[in-house]
Amino acid sequence: MDLNFSPEEERFRLDVRAFLEKELPADIRDKVQSGKHLSKEDYLRWHKILYKKGWVAGNWPKEYGGTDWSPAFQYIFDEERAAAGAPIILPFSMKMVAPVLMAFGDKTQQDYFLPRILSGEDWWCQGYSEPGSGSDLASVSTRAVRDGENYTVNGQKTWTTLAQHADWIFALVRTDPDVKPQKGISFLLIDMKSPGVTVRPIIMLDGGHEVNEVFFDNVKVPVANRVGEENAGWTYAKYLLGHERTNIAEVGGCKQALRQVKELAANARDGDSNLLANPRFADKIAQAEIDLMALEITNLRVMAMAEKNAAPGPEASLLKIKGSELQQTLSELMMETAGCYGLPYQPDALHADFTGSVAGPDNYLPVSGHYFNTRKVSIYGGSNEIQKNIVSRMILGL
Amino acid sequence: MNFDFSEEQTQLDDMLQRFIRNDYSFEVRQRILESADGFSRSIWQQFAELGLLALTLPEEYDGFGGSALDTLLVMQSLGRGLVLEPYLPTVLGAGLIAQAGSDAQRSSLLPKVAAGECLLTLAHSEPHSRYQLQHVSSHAEESAAGYKLNGNKSVVLAGQHADYFIVSARTTGQPSDADGISLFLVDSKQAGITQIPYRNHDGQSAADIGFSNVELSKDALIGDLNKGLSLLELYRDTAIAALCAEAVGIMDALINETGEYLKTRKQFGVPLGIFQALQHRMADMLLHTEQARSMAYLAAGKLDADSATRARTMAAAKTLTGQSARFVGQQSVQLHGGIGVTEELIIGHYFKRLTLINTTLGDADFHLGRFSDMMVQEELCKS
Repeated sequence: MDLNFSPEEERFRLDVRAFLEKELPADIRDKVQSGKHLSKEDYLRWHKILYKKGWVAGNWPKEYGGTDWSPAFQYIFDEERAAAGAPIILPFSMKMVAPVLMAFGDKTQQDYFLPRILSGEDWWCQGYSEPGSGSDLASVSTRAVRDGENYTVNGQKTWTTLAQHADWIFALVRTDPDVKPQKGISFLLIDMKSPGVTVRPIIMLDGGHEVNEVFFDNVKVPVANRVGEENAGWTYAKYLLGHERTNIAEVGGCKQALRQVKELAANARDGDSNLLANPRFADKIAQAEIDLMALEITNLRVMAMAEKNAAPGPEASLLKIKGSELQQTLSELMMETAGCYGLPYQPDALHADFTGSVAGPDNYLPVSGHYFNTRKVSIYGGSNEIQKNIVSRMILGL
Repeated sequence: MNFDFSEEQTQLDDMLQRFIRNDYSFEVRQRILESADGFSRSIWQQFAELGLLALTLPEEYDGFGGSALDTLLVMQSLGRGLVLEPYLPTVLGAGLIAQAGSDAQRSSLLPKVAAGECLLTLAHSEPHSRYQLQHVSSHAEESAAGYKLNGNKSVVLAGQHADYFIVSARTTGQPSDADGISLFLVDSKQAGITQIPYRNHDGQSAADIGFSNVELSKDALIGDLNKGLSLLELYRDTAIAALCAEAVGIMDALINETGEYLKTRKQFGVPLGIFQALQHRMADMLLHTEQARSMAYLAAGKLDADSATRARTMAAAKTLTGQSARFVGQQSVQLHGGIGVTEELIIGHYFKRLTLINTTLGDADFHLGRFSDMMVQEELCKS
C-alpha cells in the first residue's frame, strides 16, 4: 500500500498547474472564483484551449483523440482544475454520450459525432428525465414511432441542463409500450434544430437558468440516429450512468470549497474578532475537512478498484452519497460566513456585464444562491435514497 | 498510489484471521473473560510463537521490523476477535522503549517482550488530566539513588498484570507545562506501589495505581529528562492508528453479523432486510465503516510523517473513527432488537468495545477540538 502519488503523477500535477497558470483566461478564472455565471462562449473558449493542448478528453482512449489518462491522472487534473478556478468540463458530451457512441454506435455515427464533440463544435444535452420519470427512469414515456427511415418523436424531457446551448440531445424514448418497461426503450440522437423541438427554461432557486424542459412535437429523427439496437436503449443508458460516476464525489471541488470557506471565515468580521476564531464555527469547518480527508481516500480506493475492473462498481454510490452531502455542508458553511449579507437576493449581479451597485461585499454575492442551488446534488444522478438502495442490494445483498 | 497489501502482509492477515476463527471464537473469549486473570497466558504464548509480539520491534532485539500497516492488520483481527490479552499496551510500551530507551533497557526488555515473557503498560492518565496529554501532577524528585516517585495514575490498562510500568512524572514545572515531564521504567513489584484492580466494560483489565515514595535508580529514566511530552505524543499517535484499525475490524464484523441477521430474522412473515428503513440504515453503517477504513489507512500511512502532519492526521482519524464507531455500534444493537442489548450475542460486546475505543486517549469531541485549533492556526498564519 502506498498512499502517495507516483513521481510520474506528481510531475503531471506540476505540468497541469503550469498549463493552467499560463492558459486559463483571467476573465474566466475570475468568474469561476467569484461565483458568476459562465456564458456558452466562456465554456467553449476553455474547451478549445484544452482541445488545442490535447487534454479535453481525459477519459477517452487515444484512438478517438483522447488522452487515455489513468484514473489517477484524471483525478489530479480535476483537483488542479478546481484549485485554479477553471470551469468544469461539462459531462454531457465528453463523459456521457461519447462513451456510449464508442461502445455501441456504428462507424458512421462515431466518425461524424466524436470529432465534433472533441473539438467543441457540437454541444450535447441529456434527454433522460421526464415529468413522470425521476428516479424511476425506466418509466420514460416519450414515444418514438417508426415510419420507414424515420422515427416520429412526441413527448417531453425535463431537468435538461443547458439545453438552451445545445446542438444535440441524446434521448431515451419508448419504442415498444407493450413489454416490460426496460425492454422497450431506444437511444436516439436528436438534432435540437429539428422542427418540433422547443425549449422552456426552468429557473432554479438561485435565479439561474441552468435547466429546461424540452418538448418534442412530431419531431422526425432518422433511424440512422438510433444508437445500437431498437429496444436495447436501457442497456446503453445504464452503461452511461456507470461512466458518469468516476468523479461523482467531486473531491477536487470540495477541496476548493473548503479553502474558500476558511478564507471567507477568516475575513468575516465578528465585532472585534473574526468568524474563524469562533470555535463553534471553526469546529464545523474542521468536521467537514475531516470527512473530506476520509472521502478522498475512499474515492482513491474506489478508483483503484475501478482500474482493475474497467468501471466503478456499486461502491461509487457511497461516493455519491458522501460527496453530495459534503458539497451541501460546505455550501451551507459558505452561506453562514456571510451573516446578514446572506439575505439580499441579487441574481443580476452574478452576470459579468452587471454595472449596478450591490449590497455587501462582493465575495458574499453568490453564497446563498449557491447554497440553495446545491440542494440539487443529492437529488440528481440518482437521488441519495436511490444510491442507498443500490448499496443495500448490490453490496450488502439485502 | 495503490491500496494492495504485499504478499507477506496478505499471509499475515490470513494467519491472523485463521487464528481468530479457530482459536479465539466467541465461546473461547467468554471463558477467558470469566477466568481470574481475564486473559489467557497460553494465548499470549501463541502470540509470541506467531511472532505478533515481535512484529514491530527492531531486528537487533529479536523483532521483525514490521510497519504500521502490519500493525493495522493485526489490530483489525484482534478487533474482530475482541481479544482480551493486553497486546496494545505491551507492544506500544515496547515500541516506546525501542524508540527512546537506553541500550540496557532495550536489551533487558525487548527480547523478553518478543518471547512473551514480559508485559508492559503506560501509566499516564491522572484523576485530573482527563485527555490532556501534558497535564501531569505525579512527580519525581531527585534523590540520592536517583528519583523518588509520587502520584496517582488512572485506568492503567493491564495495570495488575504488567511486569513494568512506563510512568510519566513531572521532574520540573507546573502540572500543565509542556516541558518538565519525564518517563520512567518502573518494576511493578517495587515497594510503595498500590493498586485498585478492576475490569473495564469491554472486559479488559485495568487498575488505578498509586506511587508513594517509590525509589527509582538513575537508569530508570527513559529518554531525556524533562522531554517526555514528545514521546507521549508519539505514543498517543501510534496508539490512535492502532485503535482506528481495531475499530475497523469490529465495524466490519458488525456489518457482516447485522447483515446476516437482517437476511434471516423474519417478522411479519418476511426477512427484516426487506424493509427499506433498515436497508438504508445498513447503507449508512457501511458508509461510516468505509470512511473509517480510509482513515485507518491514512493514519497508518502518516505515522512516519513530520510531527505536525502526524498530529493533525491522527486527530482527524480519531475523530472520524469515534463518530463512525458510535453510529455503527449503536445501530447494530438497534437493528438486532432486544437480543442486541444482552450479553448473549457478540453484538453487544462489539458495541461496548467500540464505545470504549472512542473514550480511550481522547474522544471524538476532544480530537475534533484539537484538529479545529490546528486548522485555525494554519489559516491565520496564512493571512
